[in-house]
Amino acid sequence: MTVGTADEPGPLLRVRGLTKHFPTRGGRRRGGPVRAVDGLDFEVRAGETLGLVGESGCGKSTTGRLLVRLLEPTDGSIEFAGHDLTRAGRRQLRPLRAQLQIIFQDPYASLNPRHTVGRIIAMPLRVSRADPPGGTKARVRELMELVGLNPEHYNRYPHEFSGGQRQRVGIARALATRPRLVVADEPVSALDVSIQAQVVNLLRRLQRDLGLALILIAHDLAVVRHLCQRVAVMYLGRIVEIGDRDDIYERPQHPYTRALLSAVPNVGHLGPAGRLRLTGEVPTPLDPPSGCRFRTRCPKARDRCAVEEPALVRRGGGQATACHFPESGPLRPERGRATA
Amino acid sequence: MLRFLVKRTLSAVLTLFAVSVLTFLMFFALPRDPVTGMCPKNCNPERLERVRQELGLSDPLVDQYAGYMKGIVTGRELSAAQGGYCDAPCLGWSYVNNEAVTDTLARVLPVTLSIVVPAAILWLLLGVGLGLVSALRRGTWVDRAAIGFALTGASLQLYFVGAVLLLVFVHTLGWLPVPGYTSLFDDPVRWAGGLVLAWVSLALLFSASYARLFRAQLLETLGEDFVRTARAKGLPSSAVYGRHALRAAITPVVTVAGLDVGAALGGTVITETTFGIQGLGRTAVDAVRAGDLPTIMATVLVAAVFVVLANMLVDLLYLAIDPRVRWG
Amino acid sequence: MSLSPVDGTALVAIESGGPAGGSRDRRSVGRSPGQLAWLRLRGDRTAFVSGATLVLLVLVAFAAPLIELTYGIGPRDQFQGKLDGFGLPLGHAGGVSGEHFFGLEPGLGRDVFIRLVYGLRTSLFVAVSAAVLTAVIGVVLGTLAGYLGGWVDAVVTWVTDLTLALPFLVVALALIPTLTLRFHGQRDAVPPAFGVGVLIVIFALFGWTGTARLVRGQVIALREREFVAAARASGAGPGHMLFRQLLPNLWAPILVSFSLAVPQFITGEAALSFIGVGLTQETPSFGRMIYQSLAYLQTDPAFVLFPGVTIFALVFAVNLFGDALRDALDPKSAR
Repeated sequence: MTVGTADEPGPLLRVRGLTKHFPTRGGRRRGGPVRAVDGLDFEVRAGETLGLVGESGCGKSTTGRLLVRLLEPTDGSIEFAGHDLTRAGRRQLRPLRAQLQIIFQDPYASLNPRHTVGRIIAMPLRVSRADPPGGTKARVRELMELVGLNPEHYNRYPHEFSGGQRQRVGIARALATRPRLVVADEPVSALDVSIQAQVVNLLRRLQRDLGLALILIAHDLAVVRHLCQRVAVMYLGRIVEIGDRDDIYERPQHPYTRALLSAVPNVGHLGPAGRLRLTGEVPTPLDPPSGCRFRTRCPKARDRCAVEEPALVRRGGGQATACHFPESGPLRPERGRATA
Repeated sequence: MLRFLVKRTLSAVLTLFAVSVLTFLMFFALPRDPVTGMCPKNCNPERLERVRQELGLSDPLVDQYAGYMKGIVTGRELSAAQGGYCDAPCLGWSYVNNEAVTDTLARVLPVTLSIVVPAAILWLLLGVGLGLVSALRRGTWVDRAAIGFALTGASLQLYFVGAVLLLVFVHTLGWLPVPGYTSLFDDPVRWAGGLVLAWVSLALLFSASYARLFRAQLLETLGEDFVRTARAKGLPSSAVYGRHALRAAITPVVTVAGLDVGAALGGTVITETTFGIQGLGRTAVDAVRAGDLPTIMATVLVAAVFVVLANMLVDLLYLAIDPRVRWG
Repeated sequence: MSLSPVDGTALVAIESGGPAGGSRDRRSVGRSPGQLAWLRLRGDRTAFVSGATLVLLVLVAFAAPLIELTYGIGPRDQFQGKLDGFGLPLGHAGGVSGEHFFGLEPGLGRDVFIRLVYGLRTSLFVAVSAAVLTAVIGVVLGTLAGYLGGWVDAVVTWVTDLTLALPFLVVALALIPTLTLRFHGQRDAVPPAFGVGVLIVIFALFGWTGTARLVRGQVIALREREFVAAARASGAGPGHMLFRQLLPNLWAPILVSFSLAVPQFITGEAALSFIGVGLTQETPSFGRMIYQSLAYLQTDPAFVLFPGVTIFALVFAVNLFGDALRDALDPKSAR
């Protein structure tokens, strides 16, 4: 199977009620589990790019790992190309895994130091027992060229490459089996800023050329804006707002999204006065606040927020928002008022 | 914390239980008749039979084992020939030594302690000293000499060193008496004189690993951030080494030392044999040779207790020193 | 005494994560971490000298029959005529002469040199075989415990503690005659090969703990690394995981524990002979020779010296080489 086709019914990936609770040490006596991911619903169409953003600890990396089944979900379902991943056994999973790959954050830890890059890139082919036309070696060379590496370096070891080059190796590995969906978990945050742009542009080019669906997990909002058509904002294991990029970036409705965006100087076209500051600490996912999880830090929180959990619903605008008192309008207009 | 302690103690008890069962089985797997080893010299068949009865050797193995364990916990009734009632930590009666095994232990344990404790102090001082010197003078001839010395010590065989030391200091020069044990409280000078060769040989052999370990640790900690910070703060180098680096580097040394001492207290067989000193190790070896089950059981158990205790102590020490260790 | 060779020093400074640091010399094309370690090792003078000594000793051990042929004396030939009335060799330094390089044994009058050559053969064979077995057991148990975790880990850890709690020499002392009598009657002649086999098994049974611990720790550290996750995400089975992904990263700790185990077992063989349960009388071995020689400490010191110095040289060379190997495998500890 090659690139995703438009005639396939329904989305490529459909996530319903995805939940992951980690048990804490010491058992039940010390309180409940860590609710890292607590009921996610979203869909990704073939060839589409979705950005998953949020502060560290909001569960976005856990989500990425759940999607490729590096972690077993506590509850919920992940439907990929019509198959339910959460119920598939190892044997049924193997052909699906080839179509669903992951790129890791740390280009140092994600490559086996004792393997040549050729072997590293060929690993998914070998594991999925794929036999590419022209042989594995030719395919690996092709991939190296595709990601901008010199195919002659086939027999080199990871320690002989720079961080950016290593990340390219990681990308090549993820593309080896011609996947339809790639989860990229903070693919550039471990790289030097000067290298980040190169890798981001590489990802964008590959996504377009190969028609990949891409889920980009990042805390860097500029990177997400550059790469993604749709954006989901996560807070404490939940999606608080999801929608098209321009809606999210230009007309965010959830107070958390607004706060996040306003914290980035070059994204929201804001003056200094437009900043919405978040006060307080992120509550522990061991015992999230009742009702709306964001209420403890929300400038607009009322009594209702403590009692009733807001549903993720679409009102006006292009996005769905989980808030009782959503904002509206562009992020900018406060400028005038604040300077007065 | 409590949870950790309970868990750790349970696993220790389980280990000791397994050791006792294994020893019991091993002895009965010995192809010789266990009675011959437990019967006094020139045994006639009737006497043999009586001993068999006294020891309950015709009872099922499980009963024998249960009786033995009960003796340790509550004490038990033994036959008149075995000295009658045997008090709480009852380890049985040895026909070979013709005394209660607890009495044998009371006699030989101080000997092994007298060998191991001073030797351990000596090897720790020597090892840490060599390691410190070589780490501070890294790459110089001092470093190479210290490590060379340590490696030489580690490559020596105890009986060979012992033999040479004996030949030189006892037989040729006559500076020291023939090694032997005198109680520390009777005559400290003779106590030290009779054991000093054993201490030196053990220290020579053991200090090597400590020197290398400490050197490696020290070099590693000296490269770490907090040490660099301490230096950058302008602390004098003595304070940097003393307060910051040394403390961090000594932890693994203490760990290894704890385990080594624990193991050594179980009997320094080779040392005791080389110098002809009757400690726990020698007693164990003699007991195996004579097929003296109660003594074998006791010596193996005591050795295991030392190792297990040392293990636990080291774990606790780690908790105290390094708060990062989780109480799993 | 704990027989486990790796418990102390080695646990600290071994990290097989491969050389850290980014860009390296462009010319070092396609050098694996293993090759880099080899290069470092080759550049180390101590390693070269000790390595050469080791190779020489191994060659001597292998060529023992050849040496016997050229030397003209076998390990069981007796030269009673060259002993005095007390059974002590005539001449200087225990009868050293052009004919008998290291002199003669008091009592039986056998040639010390050729017995040492054969003793070297026995010692090396026992130590290396036991070290290989130890490494296999340790790697298997350590990998399983580290990779699977859970109750497997708990059981392996507990068995490790149990093994460490048993006093090795005492147990070996009880086990060896038991095993021997199990397979050979009281009066049967025990073939030398059997004694050697029992010794190797006993060493392996007691010696694996250090390797297992070391490998377990390493596997736990590796398990969390993302390249392992990458393989898992591609659907790799346990076989691929253990052999393709993990094992290549375990060579450093395996080699290190091997280098620590060999001298430990050479010493152990001698120690067992010393307390009287080593190999049979016919098998020439270092331990037995030293054990016998101690009785002549005052009358024939040369007889103590030759085996003692030879075994020291062997163990020293292994230790030096092992030390250099550790440095080469762990770039962080570079001097």
